[in-house]
Amino acid sequence: MLSKKQARAFFLGGTVVTFLIFIGLTVYSLSAAQDQSNIENLSESAIRGKYLWETNNCMGCHTIMGEGGYYAPELTKVVERRGEGYIKAILMSPVPWQPNQRKMVAYKMSKEEAEDMVEFFKWIGNIDLNGFETVVSPLAKDKK
Amino acid sequence: MKYKSQKVAYWFFALSMLLLTLQLVYGFIMGFAHAGMDGLHDWIPFNTAKAVHTNLLVVWLLSGFMGAAYYIIPEEAQIELVSVKLAYVQLISLALVGVAAIVGYHFNYWEGRKFLEIPRPLDYLVVVNVLLFMGIILVTLFKGKRRTTTALVLTMGLLFAALLYLPGMLDFNSQVLDSFFRWWVVHLWVEGVWELIMGGILSFLLIKLTGVDREVIEKWLYVIVGLTFLSGILGTGHHYYYIGVNKIWLIVGGIFSALEPLAFLAMALFAVNMYRKGEKKHPNKIALYWTIGSAIVSFIGAGLLGFAHTLPQTNIFTHGTIVTAMHGHLAFWGAYAMIVFAIISYSLPNMTGRKFYDSSRGRMAFWLANIGMIGMTVAFGVAGVAQVYLERITKSMSFMEVQLEIEVHFIVLIIMATLFSTGITLYIIEFIKHGQPTDEALEVTNQ
Ligand code: HEM
Ligand code: HEM
Ligand SMILES: [Fe+2]
Repeated sequence: MLSKKQARAFFLGGTVVTFLIFIGLTVYSLSAAQDQSNIENLSESAIRGKYLWETNNCMGCHTIMGEGGYYAPELTKVVERRGEGYIKAILMSPVPWQPNQRKMVAYKMSKEEAEDMVEFFKWIGNIDLNGFETVVSPLAKDKK
Repeated sequence: MKYKSQKVAYWFFALSMLLLTLQLVYGFIMGFAHAGMDGLHDWIPFNTAKAVHTNLLVVWLLSGFMGAAYYIIPEEAQIELVSVKLAYVQLISLALVGVAAIVGYHFNYWEGRKFLEIPRPLDYLVVVNVLLFMGIILVTLFKGKRRTTTALVLTMGLLFAALLYLPGMLDFNSQVLDSFFRWWVVHLWVEGVWELIMGGILSFLLIKLTGVDREVIEKWLYVIVGLTFLSGILGTGHHYYYIGVNKIWLIVGGIFSALEPLAFLAMALFAVNMYRKGEKKHPNKIALYWTIGSAIVSFIGAGLLGFAHTLPQTNIFTHGTIVTAMHGHLAFWGAYAMIVFAIISYSLPNMTGRKFYDSSRGRMAFWLANIGMIGMTVAFGVAGVAQVYLERITKSMSFMEVQLEIEVHFIVLIIMATLFSTGITLYIIEFIKHGQPTDEALEVTNQ
């Protein structure tokens, strides 16, 4: 029968080995050669957009790359789906946007801010998501 | 209760109950909003409600874990806590930081990163608070007469949880990296180090409640936490499938996360078997309900419902849908909420000297809360499966069209949540009826 000592060795051994593999895989998948996000195209404007995304907690309602709240539409491919003008109009609107009953917060963004947000979405939209984009994007409908 | 300083745990548990109550209020706000009634939108928009709901959850669980540690460590180490005064300072500062964060969320003061919305300046206060807590626990343990595996696993869980908070404070320009390291906190907490905390509390309770030999229980504790890390660390990959990193995670994450339920299965078998084996039947039946219940419900919520969407072939359809919320509720409830309820139900009579071991109110609380939560899980599940089917498999409707279609399931959710909240209310009434902790309880209890 298994002894307590063996059980402890199993715990320690398993932890150390899987942890080291985990670190190795992290280093590998984040290395420049494995980049799938077109990091070189990440503009200053898109970075400002990300800041707006965070400081307003857009993720509290929307998902992006499948992460966030389940109350409002997935935004990974929003530029392709709606176009820039529509997105800016929502962000700059002085009253809550609600085309389908459900309200969005009226952020009353400036034109520059709205443009930064769009740049952020464009960058996100070009990330290689290992196939997820074909499921969340309505464009996938056409490709089916 | 054997040591006077254990009484400090009571106040951490009281804080837990208070924050839990508030958490449920914000849950209802979101439930109504999903059902089409968003009358509070101008004051509490959905993103505020969501951040408050999930952060209160984390804070009340942490407060419960801390209370558990303040109760368990002295008894295991056979020594008073090194400083009760500092423990109170830590309690009050925890409450203040938590409340400041929650208030801030109502005024657009946050960091929109799911589960880690606490803004940076408050993050530092959290770190200070946790350092103080770890200091008290570690020094007590170090000075103690005895170092048990139970205390060690519990402390290791708390310490690793503290360390893992740090990757969540890294700053990135890339959303991909941001998300990648956010999971080091969120996933490695709930599917890693928190399981050590749960295992430690479970082991303590089983030793007390069943009377099975400590050596036997602690041997299996090692096996369980061994399985946890063996699967859970690389299992982090199940959050890396579709966020813009290498495909290697589809294989690694798929295989290892599929093994994660083993740790929960082991926990359930362990609890049930120790109960069967036990000679001594402790009179505190309510504590036993919550203890065994936690081990079983966590297997269903985390193990089975987690497995249901963890393979990449399934996850591509369910990722970021209400299916995820279904699993999130039952997993958090079974594994962490119920184990906190278990240690409270066990320790409360010992701290207050009032032995409400088997009251009908206590039993009602257990059954109503569990039936309500399972009902909520079913409501989320039906809504989630419908969403996945209409929006992502047949692609016949857009996001918002589907949302209007599934509103009715949120009415069911609200009804089930009412049942659940009734159970919680009864539990809290029972908590209050126990009265406050007293040194006289030292003589009354000898367990
Ligand atoms: C009155 C009871 C409750 C109600 C009505 C409720 C309702 C909700 C709703 C509507 C959401 C938002 C889903 C979305 O983003 O659209 C949510 C999120 C969440 N709730 Fe609750 N909840 C309740 C209690 C609880 C309890 C007791 C727990 C934990 C044990 C919990 C844990 C969570 C978690 C972890 C999330 C985030 C899920 C995710 O984003 O994947 N909730 N809840
Ligand atoms: C007590 C343990 C667990 C808790 C508290 C828990 C809780 C959660 C929560 C709150 C989320 C939502 C995260 C987000 O998208 O922001 C989540 C996601 C997920 N969980 Fe768990 N979980 C647990 C265990 C497990 C286990 C054992 C498995 C696998 C067997 C699993 C599989 C998953 C998967 C695949 C997702 C991602 C869903 C998606 O892509 O949207 N979980 N979990
Ligand atoms: Fe996970």
